[in-house]
Amino acid sequence: MNEEPDVIRVLLAKVGLDGHDRGIKVVARVLRDAGMDVVYTGLHRTPGEVVQAAVQEDVDVLGVSLLSGAHMTIIPDILDQLKETGAADIRVVVGGVMPDGDVDALKEMGVAEVLLQDTPPDAIVATLRRVVARRGPR
Amino acid sequence: MGQAKAKAKSKNGQGKDKTKGKGDAIAGMTREQLEEKLRAWERGELADFIARQPEAKSEYKTASGLPLKRVYTALDRGDGTDDIGLPGQYPFTRGPYPTMYRGRLWTMRQLAGYGTGADTNERMKYLLAHGNTGLSVDFDMPTLMGYDSDHPMSRGEVGREGVAVDTLADLEALFDGIDLTEISVSMTINPTAWILMAMYIAVAEGRGYDLNRLSGTLQNDILKEYTAQKEWIYPPRPSMRLVRDTIVYGAQNMKRYNAVNISGYHISEAGATSLQEAAFTMCNAIAYVEEVTKTGVAVDDFAPRLSYYFVSQADFFEEVAKFRAVRRVYAKIMKERFGAEKPESMRLRFHCQTAAATLTKPQHQVNLMRTAFQALAAVMGGAQSLHTNGLDEAFAIPTEEAMRLALRTQQVIADETNVASVIDPLGGSYYVEALTDEFEKRIFDIIGQVDDMGGTIKAIEQGWFQKEIADSAYDDALRKASGERPVIGVNKYVEDGETPKVETHAHDPETEARQIAGLNKVRDERDNQKLAELLDRLKTVAEDESENIMPITIELVKAGASMGDIVESLREIWGTYRETPVI
Repeated sequence: MNEEPDVIRVLLAKVGLDGHDRGIKVVARVLRDAGMDVVYTGLHRTPGEVVQAAVQEDVDVLGVSLLSGAHMTIIPDILDQLKETGAADIRVVVGGVMPDGDVDALKEMGVAEVLLQDTPPDAIVATLRRVVARRGPR
Repeated sequence: MGQAKAKAKSKNGQGKDKTKGKGDAIAGMTREQLEEKLRAWERGELADFIARQPEAKSEYKTASGLPLKRVYTALDRGDGTDDIGLPGQYPFTRGPYPTMYRGRLWTMRQLAGYGTGADTNERMKYLLAHGNTGLSVDFDMPTLMGYDSDHPMSRGEVGREGVAVDTLADLEALFDGIDLTEISVSMTINPTAWILMAMYIAVAEGRGYDLNRLSGTLQNDILKEYTAQKEWIYPPRPSMRLVRDTIVYGAQNMKRYNAVNISGYHISEAGATSLQEAAFTMCNAIAYVEEVTKTGVAVDDFAPRLSYYFVSQADFFEEVAKFRAVRRVYAKIMKERFGAEKPESMRLRFHCQTAAATLTKPQHQVNLMRTAFQALAAVMGGAQSLHTNGLDEAFAIPTEEAMRLALRTQQVIADETNVASVIDPLGGSYYVEALTDEFEKRIFDIIGQVDDMGGTIKAIEQGWFQKEIADSAYDDALRKASGERPVIGVNKYVEDGETPKVETHAHDPETEARQIAGLNKVRDERDNQKLAELLDRLKTVAEDESENIMPITIELVKAGASMGDIVESLREIWGTYRETPVI
């Protein structure tokens, strides 16, 4: 650890066939404006590609956006692959449209936070900072 | 650009005013007298009133950011009066048909799509029983993107956001018991649209229908996919060839079928303003017309079947002005830029959907009111067909009950409000006409900008539209966060406490297995030798730009080819598009 204040590193990802990218692009700008280091994967990635990129970029947070309803298939896959790669310390934050029941289930699986539609920009930034602080230094 | 300049000139041209003689006087007063009257009011009643009670905001704007005056008067009309015309007459500002809703109401076209063909068939029949007058099908992500249901990319998506279609058998199940010569069917499908069109034709031929009796619409608007909805397979240029082939095939074989539905809706939902939506859609229209005319097909031979699709957003008058302006812009483009001669080539007909992104999860019943106002704007703007969103769509795809209420909303507008009795009822409103003129001018300005970049496809390849849309989406997010754009229940009149439990559409977890079983059955029963030969022929046709890909595709689907079989074969030739993301 160096002495300078840590810049939070974030990989934002779209996984699967879902093409809704309005939200994730807004989130990318919001986080960047808040001083975080942000990489966006672009659309239609596989869980494997995203996990590999998160490890390579050495990020604190992997943000996955899903508005197609496939979250209960795709997110567990990502969590498993992070564990297998020995990168379980990367916090996963999920964003998008999903039923309340699924939000609880995702958190139980190990997702750090779920940000639903209409979450204000300030709250998104605060959530990511909290998630990283809770994890503690690496 | 040419049009915009010409218009600006005629507006400022004083000579024209003089020739009008008596027309110079407005409401019995000269322009000078009217201006004096307005100034006197501003100095008098208005100034006094504002001194006692200031206005709520220092400036007022439309949702697209167009500045608004306090009040519009006859002075704002200028020469624009000449442009309004009458319904069913160039430049179609007041509507594409002379009788509009008096002759035939708009088509109430509620979307349906989930699970397997049989599941969606049930929902479509429910909607028809409740007064839906057109059908509209949504497909699941694998179908939209050309993957078979058992492809790894399809996991978790089969039948989720729409109906799953792998082979012709699925489409047969989807339309089982529905007479396709009696009802128009719209299909929301893009990169794989030509395959769905082939399947639709195959279903029709299997039932012995005359193709010229089929009416319906294929979305098939690939250009807005690259900029907004983001469903694609191949790069833009081969994709345009597929669109071209469907338009040409439709024009030659299906005289009542709209092979393309050039869409602003998704551009808007991706974050664009209504002005950008209208302008970018016109840019896409220009690109399609250029693509087809390049092959030697005369514009009047296919343009009458081009159809359009716009959103109806929350800003009521801006939306009405948008619909009116876009009709006028289109008429001028078709006539002046492409030399169309038939009025049918110049009249823009559009489907409309209320704005899904305006729906909220908190206080979700309020969505009913939002949707009703948006639907009213669509009707005031002269839509030919309308889908109203369900109040629960911020949660999931809609339930039957939500769709029934949405349909009832349209029926209240049609049968109880009496708004459909008079054509273009807001025509002549100083405000609406001024906004219509302003929209027209700004749409032509944007078209000019895109022309200067080398046209629509070049601008897409440079990420220009994508950047413009992302900028507007970001602005909108900031305006929502600051409260500048109020959203009831989200940043204003927020209610604390737990959100009540809402009954939502349940996804059947067995869908994927049922769908894959059906696909495997087709694979087992078809002649795979014949299929391989047809796929080889498909590739040969694809490599020859002068050929039309529709006939071989129709043969393929009849032989039991799956979506994935066809799409993957062509990937070998055309490759896969990968976007360079623009943030």
